[in-house]
Amino acid sequence: MIKKVAGPLVIANIPDCKKGDLVKVGKLRLVGEVIEIRGDLASIQVYEETSGLKVGDPVQNTGMPLSVELGPGLLSTMFDGIQRPLVELEKASGVFIARGVEVPSLNRTKKWTFKPVKNKGDEVSVGDIIGEVEETSLIVHKIMIPHGISGKIEEIKSGSFTIEETIAKISGQEITMLQKWPVRKSRSLKQKESVSIPLTTGQRIIDTMFPLAKGGSACVPGPFGAGKTVIQHQLAKWADADIIVFVGCGERGNEMTDVLQEFPELKDPRTGKPLLERTILIANTSNMPIAAREASVYTGAAIAEYFRDMGYSVALMADSTSRWAEALREMSGRLEEMPGEEGYPAYLSSRLADFYERSGYGKCLGTPEREGSLTIIGSVSPPGGDFSEPVVQNTLRVTKVFWGLDYALAHKRHFPAINWLQSYSLYVENLSKYFKENIGEDFPAIREEALRLLAKEAELEEIVRLVGMESLSQKEQLILFVCKIIREDFLYQSAFDPIDQFSSLKKQYNILSLIMILHKKSLEILDFGVEVKDIQKIDTISRISKLKLTKEEEIPQEAESIRQDMKNKMENLIGRANNE
Amino acid sequence: MSKAIEIYGPLLLVSEVSGALYDELVEVELKNGDIRSGKVLEIKDDKALIQIFEGTEGLDLKTIKTRFTGKGLELGVSKDLLGRIFSGLGKPIDNAPDIIPEKKVDINGSSINPFSRNYPNDFIQTGISTIDGLNTLTRGQKLPIFSGSGLPHSRLAAQIARQAKVKGGGSDFAVVFGAMGITFEDAEFFIRKFRETGAIENAVLFINLASDPAIERIATPRAALTAAEYMAFDLNMHVLVILTDMTNYCESLREVSAARKEVPGRRGYPGYLYTDLATIYERAGRIKGKDGSITLIPILSMPDDDKTHPIPDLTGYITEGQIILDRALERKNIYPPIDPLPSLSRLRDKAIGKGKTREDHPNVANQLFASYARGREVRELMVILGEAALSDIDKKYLKFADEFEDKFIRQDEMEDRSIEDTLNLSWELLKILPKDELKRIKPEFIDKYYEA
Ligand SMILES: Nc1ncnc2c1ncn2[C@@H]1O[C@H](COP(=O)(O)OP(=O)(O)OP(=O)(O)O)[C@@H](O)[C@H]1O
Ligand SMILES: [Mg+2]
Repeated sequence: MIKKVAGPLVIANIPDCKKGDLVKVGKLRLVGEVIEIRGDLASIQVYEETSGLKVGDPVQNTGMPLSVELGPGLLSTMFDGIQRPLVELEKASGVFIARGVEVPSLNRTKKWTFKPVKNKGDEVSVGDIIGEVEETSLIVHKIMIPHGISGKIEEIKSGSFTIEETIAKISGQEITMLQKWPVRKSRSLKQKESVSIPLTTGQRIIDTMFPLAKGGSACVPGPFGAGKTVIQHQLAKWADADIIVFVGCGERGNEMTDVLQEFPELKDPRTGKPLLERTILIANTSNMPIAAREASVYTGAAIAEYFRDMGYSVALMADSTSRWAEALREMSGRLEEMPGEEGYPAYLSSRLADFYERSGYGKCLGTPEREGSLTIIGSVSPPGGDFSEPVVQNTLRVTKVFWGLDYALAHKRHFPAINWLQSYSLYVENLSKYFKENIGEDFPAIREEALRLLAKEAELEEIVRLVGMESLSQKEQLILFVCKIIREDFLYQSAFDPIDQFSSLKKQYNILSLIMILHKKSLEILDFGVEVKDIQKIDTISRISKLKLTKEEEIPQEAESIRQDMKNKMENLIGRANNE
Repeated sequence: MSKAIEIYGPLLLVSEVSGALYDELVEVELKNGDIRSGKVLEIKDDKALIQIFEGTEGLDLKTIKTRFTGKGLELGVSKDLLGRIFSGLGKPIDNAPDIIPEKKVDINGSSINPFSRNYPNDFIQTGISTIDGLNTLTRGQKLPIFSGSGLPHSRLAAQIARQAKVKGGGSDFAVVFGAMGITFEDAEFFIRKFRETGAIENAVLFINLASDPAIERIATPRAALTAAEYMAFDLNMHVLVILTDMTNYCESLREVSAARKEVPGRRGYPGYLYTDLATIYERAGRIKGKDGSITLIPILSMPDDDKTHPIPDLTGYITEGQIILDRALERKNIYPPIDPLPSLSRLRDKAIGKGKTREDHPNVANQLFASYARGREVRELMVILGEAALSDIDKKYLKFADEFEDKFIRQDEMEDRSIEDTLNLSWELLKILPKDELKRIKPEFIDKYYEA
């Protein structure tokens, strides 16, 4: 029975409940979760609007934890924060979301073609793959033995089944393609390993300068309008992960619509298949109940880990984790807990750490032996764009990559507005072997050189501001010139241009190499008395600028031609300088 | 029979209540027969905490009677809303009879299923170059005006309301105006403007003046949006909603929060300000299968012109861009003083270009932006290093910036420029610069428009 209602918090006496129990609140049977128990009073976080509840209304305990449903039917679907499919909610209640609507997370009537990969008599245990379903043209859904089950296969079927029909019998237990998993519990890998493969994203400043690893984690903070969502969308589109889980946490409805309308049209650059077929969307927009915002990131993580367990590389984007933290703060306030920094609860840092710890690379449970990874990228929306606030700071403590978005860059419309002086990736070491072997022996070296020049540029600009350009030496002026090219023709990348939006690593390497060769050769010819203003006139440079808008297949040839051309032009300059 | 036991701030605590609903509407009757309305903020055992919209001034514990209505605060809606003026709580104040509602709707509304939304990508022509050309408004967008005290946001909003149209015409157009805590003069200004142009016929006004109860303001934007939703999604109209001033709204919210002794967030505003504002702003949009739309222009004055103040900051985190008014432009006597550089319409790119406005629009917009930004830099440089330090090309940029402000940004309050006019004017100005400076424009457009 309800005793108190204050926003999303309901206090009720529920005999014999456990922390984490899923309850149905009031006559509308709103979904709630027990988050605290004192004596016989339970504090319930309610995932739907609570208006209309009253003291004395019933609360029914299901005795089960808040769980996600796992099985075929997850891909290409958009769910709300507690995994209700939004298309079904629309069917049930129209375009405005009604309360107390119960719809199953996964379709119960759709038949899937199940192909067994194990035989009767095989011994199996948790995580073993016993069969496959081609869920979309892009992804094969592996059916794994759920936790808590092992033994001999007594029967295994082949054919077309719904997710609730029995596909196998193992030691007397019937197995279906549907599994449930408690949202807040992390699914473990057999063995975590250190990361060594980049998650390439097609975004030059990310892949080359501040790369992310498969199984790693990244934090993207920035003030409003700096480009967090655009980056997250770019990653969802172009990252070379097998599966994308996109959690829209307390952000705009239209941004989710955008993904839904755009992704079916976009083709995976590797397979040519629609990107939506590898994507799962979790949408708890800013006007949807705040408590479900808190659950949404866990719903996303549980689904992501499930696909990782199949041996896939999965990338989870959460936009924005600040809204989740705010939901925590709001519940904490209603529970009258002692507020910590800026009103956030003291457990903010451990919650964030637990969440990002779910990322990782390693061996999955079960046979056949396989490796999976989960990469987590969280955006943070700090008040006033101030990175010293608790959510940014606590996130930076647990993530290894920091792409700091900068108001000044966004204001100048330099996108992605990732500040190259501030940002970092702690995976550079781990990944350098991969880059050397697969992209170019000198890839790490030119990256470092480019970053060094950019740092120098910032110093020089300071001097120019005070005393003007004239005070700089030729070499220094050259740095300013080359850095302008690095910024405008390499770091700048439009998310809306059909060609520019995705650059392969090879393309990135080609462009940056040319710019660095330009710098190196120019330095050499300065010694022959050539001046920067002569170098600036070399028309080959404008060909470098056009590379980012050049199609992938034309790049190698064009790059080689530019290289030759540049060499000739430089030699001409030396010749002329010698004559004078 | 319930018993009032405490009054503090705008709040009333009653006990011995049975069956009060969380969030329901309460009527409080005073000894003299006056009735005030309130909303249940919290229920615990036999107690209910009530926020009184008209304020608690003059209430006493002994004689007041509270009546729980069993439903939320509702607005009666029908076609007859058009042309009418209501209080901030949705009661008629234009001396005309109550409307006969077709239905009554809870003003809190419900969230639009993100799956059911349609992406806003239809260009709205406001007739104002800095908006249409650079920070394009689209149907269903939420685009606030960040202003400051003394800046002409009211004139700008009225001009938008007067001139806004969609290429090729289309469904019926309506304006919903929600005023929170603005002055009598400001309210009169809007009403007069709407009357002058006949727009009042297609407008619904919800007015809470500075002298009206502050707590009532919490209901005003919700009542306005409830009317807008009815017109957009039941009557298939294109509705432009103007809410002014959101800063006053937020202050009322802070007042309630403080009275409840909640842990304050930044500058004393409640921690849930983001969520609260989102429940207002996210009501804008388009819905699949419906012709109507809600385009929302909230106006807020930035305290100290500070964009990082929680109200503009949290608004910017929710809306799809912002139009920023600039004091320096205002001082130069430029109307509308929209600074295009920090202003942004996030939905622009999908609403302009070939088939939507004109093929050269995206390129021209980027070029104007870049060139004006460069011109402003040159202007600053000149201040530090003197005019002698400027190169020839610098001087051209300086001239460009000056002319851009004078001809492009500046326009008359009655001047309604078509998008073609705006783009043609852009080319006029771009001709100040040498052709090879126009790096953001495709050569084919330069050939076609620069040469012309
Ligand atoms: N790579 C890019 N290329 C072109 N434009 C971009 C790019 N990144 C961002 N933008 C521009 O910046 C705008 C704001 O970006 P975005 O919506 O990602 O900001 P945000 O940081 O998510 O803001 P908020 O915190 O308010 O959600 C976009 O609408 C777009 O106009
Ligand atoms: Mg965003």
